Amino acid sequence: MTEIAIVGTGPAGVRAAEILVQAGLRPTVVDEGPDSGGQVYRRPPEPLRLEPRSLHGYDAGRAVALHETFDSLRPHIDHLPATLVWSASSGELELLTGSRRRRLRWDRLILATGAMDRIIPFEGWTLPGVYTLGGAQVALKHQACTVGSRPIFLGTGPLLYLVAWQYAAAGVQPAAVLDTAPPAARRRSLLGLMRGGRNFAKGVRLVVGLRARGVALATGVRPLAAIGGPDGTVRELVWRDPRGALRRTGCDAVAVGFGLSSETRLADLCGLPFAFHAGQRQWLPICDEQGRSAAPGVYLAGDGAGIDGAAAAELSGARAAHALLHDLGHAGSGKTASALGHRLSSLARFREVLDSKAFPFPAALATAAADELVICRCEGVTAGVLRDAAQRLGASEINRAKAFTRIGMGPCQGRVCGPAAAEILAAALGVPLEAIGRLRGQAPVKPVPLAAFLEEAGL
Amino acid sequence: MTGCDVAIIGGGLVGCSAALHLRRRGASVALVERRRCGSQASGVNYGGVRQQGRDLAEVPLARRSRRIWGEIEDLVDTGCGFEASGHLKLARSADDMAGLEAYAGAAREAGLTLELLDPARLHERYPWLGGGLAGGSFCAEDGHANPRLATPAFARAAAAAGAQILEGVEVLDAVGDDRGFELHLSDGTALRSARMINAAGAWAAEVSARFGEPVPEDAMAPNMCVTAPLSYFLEPSLGVCGGDIYVRQTRRGNVVFGGGTGIVDRGKVRARPLAEVTAQAARRAVALVPRLASAQLIRSWSGIEGVMPDGLPVIGPSATTPGLFHGFGFSGHGFQLAPAVGAVLCELVLDGDTPTPIASFRIDRFGESETKRSLAGANNGPGRNSEEGVQA
Repeated sequence: MTEIAIVGTGPAGVRAAEILVQAGLRPTVVDEGPDSGGQVYRRPPEPLRLEPRSLHGYDAGRAVALHETFDSLRPHIDHLPATLVWSASSGELELLTGSRRRRLRWDRLILATGAMDRIIPFEGWTLPGVYTLGGAQVALKHQACTVGSRPIFLGTGPLLYLVAWQYAAAGVQPAAVLDTAPPAARRRSLLGLMRGGRNFAKGVRLVVGLRARGVALATGVRPLAAIGGPDGTVRELVWRDPRGALRRTGCDAVAVGFGLSSETRLADLCGLPFAFHAGQRQWLPICDEQGRSAAPGVYLAGDGAGIDGAAAAELSGARAAHALLHDLGHAGSGKTASALGHRLSSLARFREVLDSKAFPFPAALATAAADELVICRCEGVTAGVLRDAAQRLGASEINRAKAFTRIGMGPCQGRVCGPAAAEILAAALGVPLEAIGRLRGQAPVKPVPLAAFLEEAGL
Repeated sequence: MTGCDVAIIGGGLVGCSAALHLRRRGASVALVERRRCGSQASGVNYGGVRQQGRDLAEVPLARRSRRIWGEIEDLVDTGCGFEASGHLKLARSADDMAGLEAYAGAAREAGLTLELLDPARLHERYPWLGGGLAGGSFCAEDGHANPRLATPAFARAAAAAGAQILEGVEVLDAVGDDRGFELHLSDGTALRSARMINAAGAWAAEVSARFGEPVPEDAMAPNMCVTAPLSYFLEPSLGVCGGDIYVRQTRRGNVVFGGGTGIVDRGKVRARPLAEVTAQAARRAVALVPRLASAQLIRSWSGIEGVMPDGLPVIGPSATTPGLFHGFGFSGHGFQLAPAVGAVLCELVLDGDTPTPIASFRIDRFGESETKRSLAGANNGPGRNSEEGVQA
């Protein structure tokens, strides 16, 4: 029997499972979260019933459809929720549920591991009350809480506006939405954005909706510092507007994100080759137009293979499953996979405009970090130490910098500090971002208690 | 074509130490490393700086190296995280303890002072030790350091002293005799030298074979793990008779432990740890130090080490080619020795001799059939999983 494993039950993983079940297969589906939905469509825990429209806004229809699909799949899959895949190799996954280990054999593997916010440190970013956009979203969707009653949303990207809108719709007025993208950016990229069709219209509605609620929106923002109040939590953000004027906005929380980084450590542990994607400024596992990785039996889908957004994730999950079915000899699946590939290509063109023109990643903000600014929060490594490693100690690539400075050696394994550290290192060396390489994934991809090893792994 | 007095193949700790020592005596040096200095065994090992437990043949070399470790900051501008916090080797049976007692007696002749501890004394001094111990042997001079920092520090010091350190360059071919050597490099250049040092680690047997002296070198991948920081309590570096677990805590609080072997790929390019070996090492670590049960594993890694069948390195002049010298095959316990091996190689190259006894490490000590068998089995699967070959 062909053992099929899917890692991740966000939009990509759910649609992949759906296609496989429709073909009569029974995949094992694993996710760290307590239930399906991934990050973007995170489901509140059972007793908490929240109105989908208020949670997901214009995506409510998609979210509800996805959850209903997954619920219908439950009897036909082996679902392992609240389970961390802490290592992977050819043919095996290492799982941890609570403190119980299990080894899962696989013949075919679909990695739908999603993404995390990209962070750029700024003065005060480690103050209590400063969260990622994703964290702010989890608080709302999973816990029906908010990170503050007057939060500032800071960063760039579609997610910035989506989370701000979701807070506003939930009755929490954002203190401001501050976008680092240049003021003319969206106007100039209008033609390209319009090709995004429904996605573009959704974006416009978010902005219009925020304006209609009287939320202050600004672009061309340069964050300078988050300032703490007498109790130590953030109470104000100091920033420059595009004319260079100094501005202060009061708040009781800040939610930050500058786009997303794909979660690729399991792909790395499976031995997949990577290539640098200039548009997304990150290294991604190499994947063909049907979702096949370079390793036999391993398929990639969703934001974990490259940031394309939730709608694209559903399509790429289905595409990977069709490619898998084709490889198992199912007729017709190859054509379906190709057709999905074409649809995804046009979505990718929209995404390119988002990444490069409408919401460019402000690399200059990262490289302008003062020497005293802490970049690696886990290990307390400053930008100055990183630059010193580059210039005096000969750290000519990122793993070397990690060995010398300890950057990325903490529990987050470089998820928070990685993107900014890479920009700073490349700038200090005077080389392009690609030249400094990428942090190698190491098992466990997230911390595992030693106590979990005291018993043998179940099978 | 550039020329120098001494060409060194391999930028591990042995090669970089040799480069530094040669420069300090005025020889011109070019070191060729195909990745970055300290990428393989020198950078991935446990970090033990240990004289105790070595084959007695290694003790004079280890004692010389310990003196260098004591002055490491003067030598390479950084302490490399070296802590002389002691090495405690534990016996888990009466037989083990008898072994430790015998070793302590023999080692005393070689100048190594070891303190034997019975279980009562052991638990009184180290209350965090687990049960089932029959005693231990403590070497106060020993300790541990940070292997990620050490080799790059030697490389930088050698470069600052005027050595040419070529990273990201591979030696495609090397030929030569007592009149001199010529190395063809992957950057399209050629290097000429009067003398040559083979410090190519797990790949050194390929070099020695080119000069008509093949040796039965195998490759092994140590299975290494590290935890998130705990408050500092574990002063000495811990080992056990048999070598299946070793544990140390850095000042910062992270606990590094290892035991068993991971997997080396067929091409000897990459190595990785294995989940089940990690699990077993974790169990042994917790058995030794029960409070580690509350620690979090945050990272595991591996790398490629060269292993000789008798667990002893190859150090000394070539048996076929005057002017060629070897320093490789440290079988999982070369980190502490490497600084002195570099000094010895420097003496061999410049003076033709060394005061440190190295006869036990001669390259031609392996039988022909042993070599043939090993070459036949080379690259045919994972590295050996031998208790003796691993850190003790």
